[in-house]
Amino acid sequence: MEKILTKNVGKPNSQDIEVYLGGGGYKALEKALGMKPKDVIAEVKKSKLVGRGGAAFPTGLKWEFTRRESAEPKFIACNADEGEPGTFKDRVILLNDPHLLLEALIIGGYAIGASKGFIYIRGEYYREIETVEKAVEQARTKGYLGDNILGSGFSFDVQLYKGAGAYVCGEETALLESMEGNRGCPDCRPPFPAESGFLGKPTAVNNVETLCNIPAIMINGGEWYSRIGSPDSPGPKLYCLSGHVNKPGVYELPMGITLRELIENHGEGVKGEFKAALPGGVSSCLLANLDVKLDYKSVARAGSMLGSGAVIVINEDTSIIDVAKNTMEFFARESCGKCSVCREGTRRAREILTRFANGGGKAKELDLMLELGEVMYDTACCGLGQAAMNTTASAIRLFREEFEQKVRK
Amino acid sequence: MVTLTINGKQVTVLEGTSIMNAAKQVHINIPHLCYLEGLEPEYHCRVCGVEIEGEPRLAPSCVRQVSEGMKVQTNSARVRRARRMIVELLLADHYTDCPTCERNQTCELLKLAFELGVKEIRFEGEKPHYELDETSPAIIRDPNKCVLCGRCVRVCHDVQTVSVIGFVNRGLETMVSTFMENGLGNVECTNCGQCIHVCPVGAIKEKSAVDEVWAALADLEKHVVVQEAPVMRASLGEELGLPAGTLVAGKMHAALRRLGFDTVFETNFSADLTIMEEASELVKRVKEGGVLPQITSCCPGWITFMEHFYPDLIPNVSTCKSPQQMFGALSKTYYAEKAGIDPARIVSVSIMPCTAKKFETQRPEMADSGFQDVDYVLTTRELARMIKEAGIDFASLPDEPAEELMGLYSGAATIFGITGGVMEAALRTAYKLVTGKELEKIDIEPVRGLDGIKTATLNVDGLEVEVAVAHGLGNARKVLDEVRAGKSPYHFIEIMACPGGCAGGGGQPIGFDMALRGIRGQTLYAEDRQLPYRRSHDNPSIKKVYEDYLKEPLGEKSHHLLHTKYTKREVV
Repeated sequence: MEKILTKNVGKPNSQDIEVYLGGGGYKALEKALGMKPKDVIAEVKKSKLVGRGGAAFPTGLKWEFTRRESAEPKFIACNADEGEPGTFKDRVILLNDPHLLLEALIIGGYAIGASKGFIYIRGEYYREIETVEKAVEQARTKGYLGDNILGSGFSFDVQLYKGAGAYVCGEETALLESMEGNRGCPDCRPPFPAESGFLGKPTAVNNVETLCNIPAIMINGGEWYSRIGSPDSPGPKLYCLSGHVNKPGVYELPMGITLRELIENHGEGVKGEFKAALPGGVSSCLLANLDVKLDYKSVARAGSMLGSGAVIVINEDTSIIDVAKNTMEFFARESCGKCSVCREGTRRAREILTRFANGGGKAKELDLMLELGEVMYDTACCGLGQAAMNTTASAIRLFREEFEQKVRK
Repeated sequence: MVTLTINGKQVTVLEGTSIMNAAKQVHINIPHLCYLEGLEPEYHCRVCGVEIEGEPRLAPSCVRQVSEGMKVQTNSARVRRARRMIVELLLADHYTDCPTCERNQTCELLKLAFELGVKEIRFEGEKPHYELDETSPAIIRDPNKCVLCGRCVRVCHDVQTVSVIGFVNRGLETMVSTFMENGLGNVECTNCGQCIHVCPVGAIKEKSAVDEVWAALADLEKHVVVQEAPVMRASLGEELGLPAGTLVAGKMHAALRRLGFDTVFETNFSADLTIMEEASELVKRVKEGGVLPQITSCCPGWITFMEHFYPDLIPNVSTCKSPQQMFGALSKTYYAEKAGIDPARIVSVSIMPCTAKKFETQRPEMADSGFQDVDYVLTTRELARMIKEAGIDFASLPDEPAEELMGLYSGAATIFGITGGVMEAALRTAYKLVTGKELEKIDIEPVRGLDGIKTATLNVDGLEVEVAVAHGLGNARKVLDEVRAGKSPYHFIEIMACPGGCAGGGGQPIGFDMALRGIRGQTLYAEDRQLPYRRSHDNPSIKKVYEDYLKEPLGEKSHHLLHTKYTKREVV
């Protein structure tokens, strides 16, 4: 497959605007500015592009919802707060091809009717922040940002926000709270950001990878894009392969390749014997079946979720209890602390898993954790709490004997 | 209008109504913990989740608005399971010293656990062990009992606009704290105590003086004098099991004597005295072109708020001490002299609806008698506990009057306990001072009631006197910003820190129910109507104190004992 998202990665000085322009950069913007905003959105809808941050919401629809709101001004925010453990794909773009993102963000702004865009970058991404800052400057100098872009009458500028280290700020409503200078806690939805987002104004929040599909869709059309990869959720996907594989890394592949193909053809096989994999980072359920297709619907049908595409491979030498405990240590620390069920639930699950890891579990606590997982899914405000028990619950369902061996005799 | 179905019953409500409020119309109370009427819903606790047909998860009913055709289940197995488990999780984290907890009788978590049928706590693990915040002279915070519902944060930020507490840290280390964890005593806390009222558990309480007062009462060397704030007669009974708004002035005096107080006086006496001084000050400012508007100074929560946030308005604030402090100064001078008691032996105790009063007594300038003017402040709740501890059958006590010297009072003093009361009392006397005639229409209705800001115009000898009354510091801000901008049309402004005024003080029976605060106010207005004197200047004991001791309002002795000054305080 021809590379779409990482086509410039590896070129010398790929982050420089001249190099980007040399490869046909900002042509998509030119084309988009010649179209009516509603036609830009129609093209994106036709492409069937869905959000790559984890929720897989149709991008065109999100833009349409934001555009049709009557409140002004409108905003577009790029979520570059990449924090899901095992996810390291957006940084590849931020570091190597920041103009691809900027071009996409400007097109998005044009489509929804925003004159201001934001990029909220994970605070620890120092080099990425620097690279994007430089790119914004270059784009301003060249007239791709600012007033009356390319004589179109459309004006748009971009502002960067740096995260302060909280994982939960990758959740879109928490991200917006953080941008407003508030404590990074998720908000209840509805209303969705498309209706009431940054400063209460209609805001489209899109992940880096999602946006970076837009220029190619503008150039080649939504129809073309919709034929790539899986018909259900088409397009290329950046898979982040990590864990017990011989060649971890970011792989751009058509959506819908199987877990086996990813691991064997690209990751050069498992280190040791395959036990299970997390297809969507620590918020997803474990898969023990290598023949699952890695697209949103197939993974969901297999009882997990593709999320951001962080595929973490676990070999037979690894204690599944340790895996679960590790994820729960993460969530207990990263819960924003607002919802009682998430704050207290992650903490108690972490304690139970620690006791199991030390051979001091109680048999009845296995079902208790399954119940807790269901209640957290039912009642937590945001995706963090709703999904925090996924890895643990799936570990109990798939590897119950392993837990039972650790019950205190 | 929107029509939906709740548990199979159809209900039609206004658009924008929450599911929780819609459910009330079909007589269903959806269990909740962090939601509180009067505060914006913040959906922290997740207890109020309900099932909505077609939605994958439960929705928080406190904040989710109704929509046409919505089908809601508030009592399905799935909802009950979630509610129970959430309460179970909260209890697993809770420092459950219930038998000795302040809120043993009023704990919402305890009640919720019982009502939801939580019979077992299946989660074992660590409980929090935070240090108590005891930096404030008025309020103690115990983070170990905090359930992080955020009500205190909301009342402090949204209602009082003081914002000294907020959430810090994240995950399991999340807690409510002050700026840089400095403690309530080291930030701009006004000690209003509204956070105590909204706390569902025992995480915030007053700093108790019960044991100190017991010790003073037991000390034969000490002569213990007591004063009770105007609103006490309308709220103490409630804390002792009588219906809300029962007038218990006489029983209160009787109970205090049975507890062993040597002399039972009334803050109402010094409320009348405050009016004499404050109305004279107002007349002086108006006649002599002094700084206007004049703003009342009885409320110590408001005074601290002003010193932090509006120190530029110090010249506007009346120099009168609060009634509590006027009483304190006189208890160790005038009374000591009259009774022939060495003031060093006198312990002056006040019974207040207020937590900020505990702070006020400790201000260094409140020692004009040569001693700390008021030694101990007990809240309504603390006095009620002492009465219970002593085994006094309050309801069957006879009515007894306070002692006359500093215990006789007018109806004008009694209404100090509700928002607008000080204004009404002051106008009754100011009118007399200016015109030499009595105000005919003595009930000044426009300054009564629970509207956040009330205004009135009173014709005094041709001068249209404009007045405003604000209660709750958020409302006060609106009025003060006008003064600051030089756009205030008023001559005189009354400000009370607590919503409802003293009726809703931080030391009152626990609750944030404005209607209940209004009922206490009605009791005061009723007493006002039936008292022989309804104007402060008619009170014989007030005439006597001026004749025998103070000479005249704003005179030298008054200046020394009854007036004070204010200090600019920092905002960090």
